[in-house]
Amino acid sequence: MSNTNKHELPEIVPTRSRFRNPIGKYRLSRSNECISCGKCVEICPYGVHVLKRGTVYIKNHYLCVGDDCPEPCHQACPVRALSIKRNPTFDALGDYRWTADLLVSTWHMAEFGCVPPKGLEYKLGASGGGFDKLRLMFRKNQSTDVNDEDYNIDVGVELNRRDDNAHRVRIEVPFYGGGMSYGSVSISTMLSRMRAAKALGTFCCTGEGGYPDELKPYDDNVITQVATGLFGVREETIQRVKIVEFKYAQGAKPGLGGHLLGDKVTPGVARMREAVVGYPLFSPFPFHSVYSVEDHKKHVDWIKAMNPKALVSVKVSTPTDVDMVAIGSYYAGAHIIHLDGSYGGTGAAPEIAKKNIAMPIEYAIPKVHQFLTKEGVRDKITVIASGGIRSPHDLLKVIAMGADGICTGTADMVALECVRCHKCESGRGCARGIATTDPELMKMIDIEWGTQRIINMFLAWRKEIVRMLKKLGMKSLKELVGRTDCLVHLDYIKDGKK
Amino acid sequence: MPSKYVIHVRQVPDRFKTITKSGIIAWEEGCLKCAVCVKKQCVYGVYDNRDLDPHQMVDSIDNQCMNCYRCVQGCPKELIHKSLNPEFKAMGDTHWSPEIISKLWYQAQTGKIPVSGAGYPGPFIGPGFDSIWTDMSEIVRPTRDGIHGREYISTAIDIGRTPGQLIFDNNGGLKGDSLNLLDIPLPIILRVPSFGSLSEKTLKGWAMAARRLGLLLALPHAMIKGDLEGYKANLIPAFSPDDRLVQLGDEIRMVEVVWDKKWREVVDEVRDLYPNALISVRLPLTCQAGKEIIKLVDAGCSVFHLEASFHGRSADNQSRFAKDDIRAAHLLLVNEGIRDEITLLASGGLAMAEHVAKALICGADGTFIDFAALIALECRMCRRCEKGLSCPVEIEKAPPKWVASRTVNLLGAFHNQLLEVMGAMGIRECRRLRGEAGRAMFFEDLDPETFGSMDKLEEGVELE
Repeated sequence: MSNTNKHELPEIVPTRSRFRNPIGKYRLSRSNECISCGKCVEICPYGVHVLKRGTVYIKNHYLCVGDDCPEPCHQACPVRALSIKRNPTFDALGDYRWTADLLVSTWHMAEFGCVPPKGLEYKLGASGGGFDKLRLMFRKNQSTDVNDEDYNIDVGVELNRRDDNAHRVRIEVPFYGGGMSYGSVSISTMLSRMRAAKALGTFCCTGEGGYPDELKPYDDNVITQVATGLFGVREETIQRVKIVEFKYAQGAKPGLGGHLLGDKVTPGVARMREAVVGYPLFSPFPFHSVYSVEDHKKHVDWIKAMNPKALVSVKVSTPTDVDMVAIGSYYAGAHIIHLDGSYGGTGAAPEIAKKNIAMPIEYAIPKVHQFLTKEGVRDKITVIASGGIRSPHDLLKVIAMGADGICTGTADMVALECVRCHKCESGRGCARGIATTDPELMKMIDIEWGTQRIINMFLAWRKEIVRMLKKLGMKSLKELVGRTDCLVHLDYIKDGKK
Repeated sequence: MPSKYVIHVRQVPDRFKTITKSGIIAWEEGCLKCAVCVKKQCVYGVYDNRDLDPHQMVDSIDNQCMNCYRCVQGCPKELIHKSLNPEFKAMGDTHWSPEIISKLWYQAQTGKIPVSGAGYPGPFIGPGFDSIWTDMSEIVRPTRDGIHGREYISTAIDIGRTPGQLIFDNNGGLKGDSLNLLDIPLPIILRVPSFGSLSEKTLKGWAMAARRLGLLLALPHAMIKGDLEGYKANLIPAFSPDDRLVQLGDEIRMVEVVWDKKWREVVDEVRDLYPNALISVRLPLTCQAGKEIIKLVDAGCSVFHLEASFHGRSADNQSRFAKDDIRAAHLLLVNEGIRDEITLLASGGLAMAEHVAKALICGADGTFIDFAALIALECRMCRRCEKGLSCPVEIEKAPPKWVASRTVNLLGAFHNQLLEVMGAMGIRECRRLRGEAGRAMFFEDLDPETFGSMDKLEEGVELE
């Protein structure tokens, strides 16, 4: 707790959408009847209407909260010139996991650094199970003293719990950036994430695609990844960082290798990965040098020999025996066990794998937490969860189930205005300039803009986390780890009680 | 080791414009005629390649749009919008969902595995087979790399009676009945669906696909006429209880008999007519199916086709899923000690490649693909044909070659997807996948185990 004051959090700077027309849930229209009296400008608490040179017009459709508005402009208008309806474009957005509500809420957080005021469901998706059926339970009269300042609530995580001579690393927020490689995303996207991580006092992983020189100023906040293709892995890159991540598997395509389509292998990417331009790159599965925990230890030792102070993180997916994998990783010397659940993100993966292979993170975390506790080593290793964590609510739920912290990926992309069109892999890559290596499309992201959007979103997350921890009567996130008594699952609530 | 089984696929274009999930609405009124219009900046060139099909009343922009929303978000007069297509949502039903239908179209058109970016967008679980996850291996056990060809994963299965042991005579020759096994390179048999706007052309196309891939096509025996006569080695004629039994020729390798009360006589008669063919008995898939099979095994039958409803439910109980009945039948036969000697084939509602793998995990040796093969031909599951109305995509007019290539594409994509899931599980043989429930995770086990204790809603609490 004493550490919390040391790191100064960055400021929220409102950062509007890159696009002319941000998408919202409602659309207003103003008829010719309007007399520009300015009533709507005056009463709207959200800044939807603007008065300029004597004329009133609708500037920010997307900020309208519709029926949740306390004083609707269309009712207050003296000449009834305003009408409201749902935006059909909004309804065409999103899916079961990232609903249109969740996408638009995240965009709101990335613009303003706070959760949306009203009108949007920002806490839950519509997957019908797991996180979306779990609820955090707040008991009455347990709130921390309301006067307690936010900075006294400790949301940081110690990453090194082994008593060894590796770095003592603490992250100031309970999340860090998951691996997204140079090639799968653009350098601007990568830098935006890195810079945001540095500002927030946390880390961001390079993914498997090399360690571009542009990242050098952020060495202290970089996690570099070693995966089966060993793309861009060199002694020098291992020695530059505080945390090295071994990727054994990825939640979106467990049991299958990584795959970068030929179109995305541009000269820059090819140089970084020491490969040929235009040819698809496969990161094979598995590490054929690792068929046992003993083999795995050899890998960890190899890193420790090159960089004795480095923390070793082991990123695995979630098979039935994920608990055995976790304990094995601990005995092999890992500091962090990173579990990537089956509904995690990816640049490209077969849909059959994303949907079917391995278990969701909501099952894996309690299983591993309980097993490590039984084996008496839970306090010696850090458990990081990822794969489908979309909101501060998901984060607290997975902590209550037994994780120490989480990794984000898709949420960062959404902050940069990803619409989840699922076309990251095809042709020139992302049409919105996020997950692309196309020189023209890449220009769509300005690094300053991207950094601030991600910072804003995570500051909004942080505020929510602090708010809820206070409501739970806790002074640190650590107190919530494994507290399944703070959760209820809607499908299992016993009859007779409301 | 047999030579590697490869299915050659190629692009086979749709005959009709497909129905897409959402469409573009672009108004002309109020257009400023900007010098650089957002439509000209489309990354995918959708507006440049635009055309209108006057016959089908479809605008090609909807088919080409990749949903990047850049034009929607860029137009200064906000004249462009996206909107859900009600026609898409109305396709099929809860089991044969619009999403499944459009993914099957894609596979039949390209022969490729559907690949996409970003995480899985679907619901946490779905009904039946969609509430099972398959396993993967890491660190503590190896996987198999089937896709990139470094390791051979076999998808072949045997149909027929496999004796518990072989008995030899004094001269070293095999004693007793000779083995009569039918090898097929995929755990899939094509089957003519119970409805559809079919013609002889369609049937011929499916038969051609079956022959090209070394597979079989199951169909009512009366359909075997005309051109189909030439494909008998790849056909499984089915005889219903009231049919007059006929001998269709020695090329027939497998015959299906539809079970009813007088099955014993029918089976005997078919055996006389087809002494060299395998006889499969088709039973409705119910929770009692295992018990019935035991009686049939006693009478010398060895191949069983368990037929679930076309929504993948029990034949007699819409609230039970086929997966549970297959598991129950499989486990009963294991307990009886006869499971290894016989073949179980499952049908009904198998819509995607993972359903095939999961049916095997639940205990089937092989599966039938029926409506998925119809959807490969652009069927929209509108079921107009059932009412005697015309087919919106004129399936009956599709040339046999097109039908065959679309079907081959579908099975090619299924084959590769089987390799993906089996490789991740570390399984090298479809034969060994059968009944391997340990390589799967079931919602009904995991969910209560994880969340069952999170059931105490205290008084006066607030939930978020």
